[in-house]
Amino acid sequence: MREFNYIITDPEGIHARPAGELVKEAKQFECKITLTKDGKTGDCKKILGLMSLAVKNGNEVKMTFDGADEDAACEAIEAFMKAKL
Amino acid sequence: MQIYEGKSVFGGIAMGKICVYKKNEKQVKRQKIEDEEAEVTRYQEAREKAMQQLQGLYDKALLEVGEANAAIFEVHQMMLEDDDYNESVENIIRTEHVNAEYAVATTGDNFSEMFAAMDDDYMRARAADVKDISERVLGILSGVSDADLASDEPVIIVADDLAPSETVQMDKSKVLSFVTVHGSLNSHTAILARTMSIPALVGTNLAADETVDGKFAVVDGAAGKIYVEPDEATMELLEKKQQEFLEQKELLETLKGKENVTLDGKQMLLYANIGNSKDLATVIQNDAGGIGLFRSEFIYLERDHYPTEEEQFLIYKQVAQTLAGKRVIIRTLDIGADKQCDYFEMEKEENPAMGCRAIRICLTRPEIFKTQLRALFRASAFGKIAIMYPMIVSVEEVRKIKAIVAEVKAELDAQGIEYGEVEQGIMIETPAAVMISDLLAEEVDFFSIGTNDLTQYTLAIDRQNTKLDEFYDPHHPAVLRMIRMVVENAHKKGIWVGICGDLGADLELTQEFLKMGVDELSVSPGRILPLRKIIRETNVGQL
Repeated sequence: MREFNYIITDPEGIHARPAGELVKEAKQFECKITLTKDGKTGDCKKILGLMSLAVKNGNEVKMTFDGADEDAACEAIEAFMKAKL
Repeated sequence: MQIYEGKSVFGGIAMGKICVYKKNEKQVKRQKIEDEEAEVTRYQEAREKAMQQLQGLYDKALLEVGEANAAIFEVHQMMLEDDDYNESVENIIRTEHVNAEYAVATTGDNFSEMFAAMDDDYMRARAADVKDISERVLGILSGVSDADLASDEPVIIVADDLAPSETVQMDKSKVLSFVTVHGSLNSHTAILARTMSIPALVGTNLAADETVDGKFAVVDGAAGKIYVEPDEATMELLEKKQQEFLEQKELLETLKGKENVTLDGKQMLLYANIGNSKDLATVIQNDAGGIGLFRSEFIYLERDHYPTEEEQFLIYKQVAQTLAGKRVIIRTLDIGADKQCDYFEMEKEENPAMGCRAIRICLTRPEIFKTQLRALFRASAFGKIAIMYPMIVSVEEVRKIKAIVAEVKAELDAQGIEYGEVEQGIMIETPAAVMISDLLAEEVDFFSIGTNDLTQYTLAIDRQNTKLDEFYDPHHPAVLRMIRMVVENAHKKGIWVGICGDLGADLELTQEFLKMGVDELSVSPGRILPLRKIIRETNVGQL
């Protein structure tokens, strides 16, 4: 299992469009990818659950990756989040 | 005749019949079914078709309103692909042995309620998206197509609210105007209306039902009004207004997109003054190069409590985004004197024009000031925001402001909140500021001369007092000399200077200001094109 913590810097947080982009990114991988905020967890391949966490600018989130391609997923998602979120 | 009011999205006059747009309220019945797997397949096929429709809408919206606004249909597709959504529908079909329509309606309601219950305006609004995709699947399942315009002639569309999918599907050649009961200035409908340049109102206080359906009406976009069955006298006025609007539009057409440049190549920036985010439509329509004076006090005057950081942030962000990279100069809180807010609980003063007002309130009550500054800096991540401080009389004040700004920036940095480059300037509206403008110019990025107060303080004449008219000369040489002095001092220190008072819009002085080297004039939106005309006809070298 791999994980990292990240503080959201996108002024609008993970609203609909970025959530959609994150889901698109996550779906490219086999492993389970979850986002945890304040103890609540969302599956990064499901847009509705992800949006319902209402992740905002300045929030710290924990990303976990569990499965065969977890290393590649972890690197790709971290790069994506740094660039877009 | 009935008159209703709404928020103006776009100006102009539209005359025609009202067509009330009603959603096809899909009546969903709960029915027992025998073959669950066949029902699941029915759902999956309908969902597949909905996905294709959404792709079609995305492509259409891309052309009509651009990528950023079309993205909503991509998000809709993702929602329909969401495993939680699909599992919920299939689960209801399988465990309750019910029809797909019922399962979709229930799932849609559940998810939209989840969003509706969130304590975040943006997320609450997403409830409508979940409803919208569910309605789409329901429509396909039940074989009912979306409501369309049942009209052959162009009409004024009146609706409770319009979902993006609804406006995109409409035949635009049949739409004279949009009038909605709900909806915001940033809604898809509003964006579409602006793109189409047709008058539109949102948040209108009428009932979208048979009481207005089919009736003749006139929408006055700029005034934010719709007249249903106007009487003859009103009609005459509105026709005249339409005529004027068309003439203005003609002037606009010939001057729009043209530079504000004199025959001998001298540039002048022409910006708009606004006192409300409702004025944004006219700013865009009149081709302003930016906003030179955004009177933030309206945010305070409209409320009965101190506006929160979030409330202010959303307003500033909207303006910054709407202006799309053009400069937006926001003046910090300027209340006191004739503009009073009860909840500030200010003491009564003998001479309020020279009392505790504007920056003086901000510096004595820094917590109010900091809330505004935080909102402004946060919004600066979304556009080109500049901040301007009113009623400055000393260098010391500017340094105090800068210290508070530094605190605000440090706090934002510590929280990892982004902000953009923010130019900071001051209003020159006191004779004191004029006399030390050389020193002030070292402290700030720009000056904006507020000629209304500057004239009043220089001539010691209360402009509201009509008995003093015979002593009042708006072109008094003292004021003009002061403006010249400020421009010279600003340019010596390499900063730019504008005028945002009434004198800026005074066409008799435009050439004088060009000669002085004033860099920017900020005027009410309607004055921009007449000014552009004069500038383009002037040769400064020959003045």
